[in-house]
Amino acid sequence: MSSQVSAQSAIKTGARRSRRLGDLWVALAFLLPSAVGFVVFYLWPTIRGFYLSLTDYSLLGDAQFLGFDNFQRLFNDPLFWNSLRVTLLYVVINIGLQTVVALALAVLLHRLTQSVTIRGLVLLPYLVANVVVALVWFWMLDYQLGIVNQLIDWIGLGRIPFFGSETWAIPTIAMINVWRHMGYTALLIFAGLQMIPKYVYEASALDGASEWRTFWRVTLPLLRPIMALVLVLSVIGSFQIFDTIAVTTAGGPVDSTRVIYFYIFELAFERFDFGYAAAISVVLFLILGGVAMAQLKMLRAGDSDLS
Amino acid sequence: MSVLTRTQRPELSQDRAASPRPPINWGRVVAWTSLVVLLIVTLFPFYWMLRTSLSNNRSLASEAGSLLPADFTLGAFQRVLGMASTEEALAEGGSGANVNFWLYLRNSIIVATVVTVGQLFFCAMAAYAFARLRWPGRNKVFFLFLTALMVPPIFTTLPNFILIRDLGLLNTFAGIVLPTLFMTPFAVFFLRQFFLGLSREIEEAAMIDGAGHLRIFFRLTIPMASAPIATLAILTYINAWNDYMWPLLVGQEENVRVLTVALGVFRSQTPQGSPDWAGLMAATLIAALPIMILFAVLGRRVINSIGFSGIK
Repeated sequence: MSSQVSAQSAIKTGARRSRRLGDLWVALAFLLPSAVGFVVFYLWPTIRGFYLSLTDYSLLGDAQFLGFDNFQRLFNDPLFWNSLRVTLLYVVINIGLQTVVALALAVLLHRLTQSVTIRGLVLLPYLVANVVVALVWFWMLDYQLGIVNQLIDWIGLGRIPFFGSETWAIPTIAMINVWRHMGYTALLIFAGLQMIPKYVYEASALDGASEWRTFWRVTLPLLRPIMALVLVLSVIGSFQIFDTIAVTTAGGPVDSTRVIYFYIFELAFERFDFGYAAAISVVLFLILGGVAMAQLKMLRAGDSDLS
Repeated sequence: MSVLTRTQRPELSQDRAASPRPPINWGRVVAWTSLVVLLIVTLFPFYWMLRTSLSNNRSLASEAGSLLPADFTLGAFQRVLGMASTEEALAEGGSGANVNFWLYLRNSIIVATVVTVGQLFFCAMAAYAFARLRWPGRNKVFFLFLTALMVPPIFTTLPNFILIRDLGLLNTFAGIVLPTLFMTPFAVFFLRQFFLGLSREIEEAAMIDGAGHLRIFFRLTIPMASAPIATLAILTYINAWNDYMWPLLVGQEENVRVLTVALGVFRSQTPQGSPDWAGLMAATLIAALPIMILFAVLGRRVINSIGFSGIK
């Protein structure tokens, strides 16, 4: 007993002596590997990315410093503006549809079943690689042999060139990714639904409110902060569409799916215009930062509905 | 409150008493139907992948609308696993190109396993330093780590490619795994949150018994946080398995080519006129199946974790 007390007091005096540094040396040892990873593969490339955006660099030789020429060029590059327009179109269709479908799915799951298996099935598309999802739908939506066009044929409508037409390509790719993400998004919303206390529903049932009315007047307002967070996550993810396009349309037909990620990829690794590609990724960086800020502001505005 | 219930309840029971059988609740019927439709939409592509992969590619055109495999055969799997001769492959509508998905499967397993083990171990160490140790500047360094979450991946991909090339690591496993081997900000953040919640008393008791930090980390912290570590491990494994852009850039060559990259190559190799759909679907199934099995075995953990890993 007494030895324990003295040991504790010894620790206390030791702690007092090294309060300024604390466990600094131990901490440095524990941090070393991840700090190396952070500096070499996150911090340094970020700084280097900004520098590259001010240069002309073709992967061979040294980078030539240009100043802001790349950014001037970008203003007059129709393909850049096209990629922004196409990306925005994709994000709007993707997020719009995905949020509505996921919300409906989450509410259905919440009201109808507790089954973890059903929730697992719903999550399945999200676990499969983008490339796999893209190829399966590429096959299902094939103009000649795809099952979806067979169905459309049976109904008596005209076949749709899902990947082959400029009007259909982006909506098609947006729908494919709605399919992949709706279950995951639904489970995020589902977690939010579970945080709404039961008594709120009991009270609205006692007041004789229908399910429909309860959804619009009770569930949705209480879900607002969670919806805002889900939107932050999914909008930023949506801007980064690449895999699906890379294995299906590769930017075509006629630039109609040349989204910003794919344009940067092409500039850097097919045309070896690294400096210009870096300049566009700086713009993307700024756009995504702006989107996140705006959305987080929205989030704070909807903070305290429940408590 | 109690007054309210008393005045409302009788009305409800009167309603029930008025009808002898409970009336069909059409709202619930519509709701269940919508859920079933959504589930069918979710699962049908998986069935279609399987159905096509078991078909003879030459028969797909004539039986495009059939729900069963067209002219059942395992030829597509033999083809993509490099177990069919060129003549056999051509006879069933393959491209005849030499593909070996065993090799790509092996490469994917190597990459995903190394990334998962390394990343989790190093991130757990970092999380321990951020959550359990006291040192000056701790919060500032942690915040700096978190800012990396704000940088879009493609932004660091360009300079990282140059770095990996300059190190001579193109087309090596090291080049593919290095950027995510040591840390991702998300993993550090996720683990730190859990380590913060662990009881300090057990640690202090161990310290009095003379245990050092290394011992506490291995014998106390990791075992106590084994559940969240397992969840994170599954998520990391799936992400590493599904990654496409980075291995596409640095791992084109056959001996390090992972499944996702191989699928892209296979798709671009197929002749424009008559693609080998059966072979392509067999290959996608091979790429998807390990993750689906992993999920079937360990999935419950992931499903239940989605609330906090996504939001908190």
